[in-house]
Amino acid sequence: MAELTFVLQQVANGLLLGFYYLLIALGLSIIFSLGGIVNLAHGAFYAIGAYLIVFLSDQIGYGWAFVASPVLVGILGMIVERLFLQRFYRADPALSLLFTFALSMVIEQGLRMIFGASPLTFSIPEFAHGQFIVGDFFYPIYRIGMLAVAIAAVAGTWLLLNKTAFGKIVKAGINDPDMVRAMGISLNPVMTAVCGLGIGLAGLSGVLLAPITGVQPAMGQEILTAAFVVVVIGGLGSFWGVVLAAMLVGVIRGLTSFFYPPASEASLYLLMLLILIVRPRGLLGERFERLE
Amino acid sequence: MSEPKSSAPMPGRRLLLQGSAAMAAGLAMPAVLRAQDAGPLRIGHLTPRTGFLGPMGEYAVLGVTMAVEEVNAAGGVLGRKIELLTEDSVNPQTASTKAQRMVERDKVHALVGEISSASGLAIAQVANRTKTLFMQTGCNSDELRGKSCNRYMFHLEACNTMYVRTIGQALLRDGMVKGKKWMAFTADYAFGHDLFKQTRKFMDEHGGVFVSNDMLPTDATEFSASLLKIRQQKPDLVISNLAGNQTTNFTKQYHEFDIDVPFAGADMNMTSIWGAGKAGFSGVWPIIWTHQVDAPSAKDFVARFQKRWNRLPGNQAVNDYLAIKILAEAMTKTKSIEPDKIISYLESDVKFDLLRARPGYFRPWDHQLVYEMYTVMPNPDKNAGKFDFMTTSAPVPGPSESLEVLAPTQEENMCKFA
Repeated sequence: MAELTFVLQQVANGLLLGFYYLLIALGLSIIFSLGGIVNLAHGAFYAIGAYLIVFLSDQIGYGWAFVASPVLVGILGMIVERLFLQRFYRADPALSLLFTFALSMVIEQGLRMIFGASPLTFSIPEFAHGQFIVGDFFYPIYRIGMLAVAIAAVAGTWLLLNKTAFGKIVKAGINDPDMVRAMGISLNPVMTAVCGLGIGLAGLSGVLLAPITGVQPAMGQEILTAAFVVVVIGGLGSFWGVVLAAMLVGVIRGLTSFFYPPASEASLYLLMLLILIVRPRGLLGERFERLE
Repeated sequence: MSEPKSSAPMPGRRLLLQGSAAMAAGLAMPAVLRAQDAGPLRIGHLTPRTGFLGPMGEYAVLGVTMAVEEVNAAGGVLGRKIELLTEDSVNPQTASTKAQRMVERDKVHALVGEISSASGLAIAQVANRTKTLFMQTGCNSDELRGKSCNRYMFHLEACNTMYVRTIGQALLRDGMVKGKKWMAFTADYAFGHDLFKQTRKFMDEHGGVFVSNDMLPTDATEFSASLLKIRQQKPDLVISNLAGNQTTNFTKQYHEFDIDVPFAGADMNMTSIWGAGKAGFSGVWPIIWTHQVDAPSAKDFVARFQKRWNRLPGNQAVNDYLAIKILAEAMTKTKSIEPDKIISYLESDVKFDLLRARPGYFRPWDHQLVYEMYTVMPNPDKNAGKFDFMTTSAPVPGPSESLEVLAPTQEENMCKFA
């Protein structure tokens, strides 16, 4: 009986973990869906978000740094889109792959040169430290706060993409960019905004996870692979596919960590393999003419 | 075309000519030059700069660089400057390739460094084959001093048994072993496995009750599942055999989850302590050296290091620093750069100042450098200075004990030099 409670708690923990995966995978997914760009630098922007909150907390306090850091990462994302990424939308996907891979290495090495290879000291702010306890279930308050922020960000993104005129253009752009252009709507500013949003979400993940995992230059690489797995499992272009995949990945990883820890990282890839055998386009993946 | 408009091309061309001449001479002459021992002494330094051991590698480079600068400023070795070649060792395959290139192409006189035991073994094989000295500064695996030991490799890093016995003494003193239920979390690679083996052996010998051991992948950064498991199992003691960034993250999250089970570990580095920070550092840990070590030479070293690099030295900086100092001393004393003569000197029970209260020495039969170790824990004084949120214990072993009590005996870890 006690065993069942343990397992349930691990499942709940897995669902919470799923939201962190979701936050970073969502940005990756929308940039990929609209621009056809596999952003290998996504993890590097996540790292920049983490470094920004550490750096800015000292200057302007945690609260302001919490707001400013993801916004700054988003602006940086828009600058990168304007200067570089927009050249790749109609090019061979291999080029954008190479470019973003190079960019991720430049950013990682840049962080290493500026801040050093050692993890920076950063902890949960005092006001958020403590445990939330209900019966047998307990969880750190900070992580519950993270969950709230993650849910708000994901819900906000969903509303933006589904309930606004902007969202309609994005959706139309994903399905048939040429027709959107023929209607006289320029996709360029939309793409810039989407990149800003997606990369800003990566920055937000970095801000949220900075007090939990070590803030060090290679932190982006660690999370990027998991984010890709989520996008691939979820299926291209599907918002709910990514949501479902993130939860699934979180729970599977949580349960493997409990029953067989050595396979906790490998479980993601096994899951991906199994799902791709059954559903090659991912769980809820749609068919895209231009990507077939 | 009577007069050139500018005289610039002329010196340019002349420089080019001179340069080519010098290059040609360099190409033709190296054998002669080396025979005369006139060039600089070359030391090849290999250590991980990226990946989960990267933070420690950074300190290794700071330490080795400072030592070379000091030796050169004092006139070098046997009248020759030391030239340092330093590279990222990446993984065992790359480490082996780079070590071989350093020895065969760059003609280094000795190899220094490494942190990963697997890469260390790869470099040691190159050292053995090419009869080049290898001062190993960060590999903990007992096996490197036992089954895989070799005559050309010297160990400045303590081995896993030394770490386990250091923390074991502290745990025995605090009554944390006999009859206590303990859980282990272990880095899932050679180092972690070896460390767990030693921890298990120690706990079994002293009456600890083993509950479970979880092998955690080295790329895992988030440990909530393991921490929930600790809460559920309610052991009396949790022992970490984790490595590198894993230790930082696990320690931080242990604190985040407010787990009240006593926490100890068998391997700790200053980079992990600083990474966890004042709010995140918890538990009791063994360590080979900290900036708080109470010895005049240590204090002096800390001051010089801070002046040079504008930060405190970590334990890894000390090993790589000492490797150069010991090599320089051995070469000066033997008036030779011949590996065989240096090996005989290092095996002759000669004492070295190791920036600790007591001098240390290499054991001739396994080349392990024996020295005082310490345990570290959070400072109960919450108002201590920014970098003093941890405290360093008195040296282990105590002043009246032999330095060799921590290291495995010949029976426990047999080493035969071929």
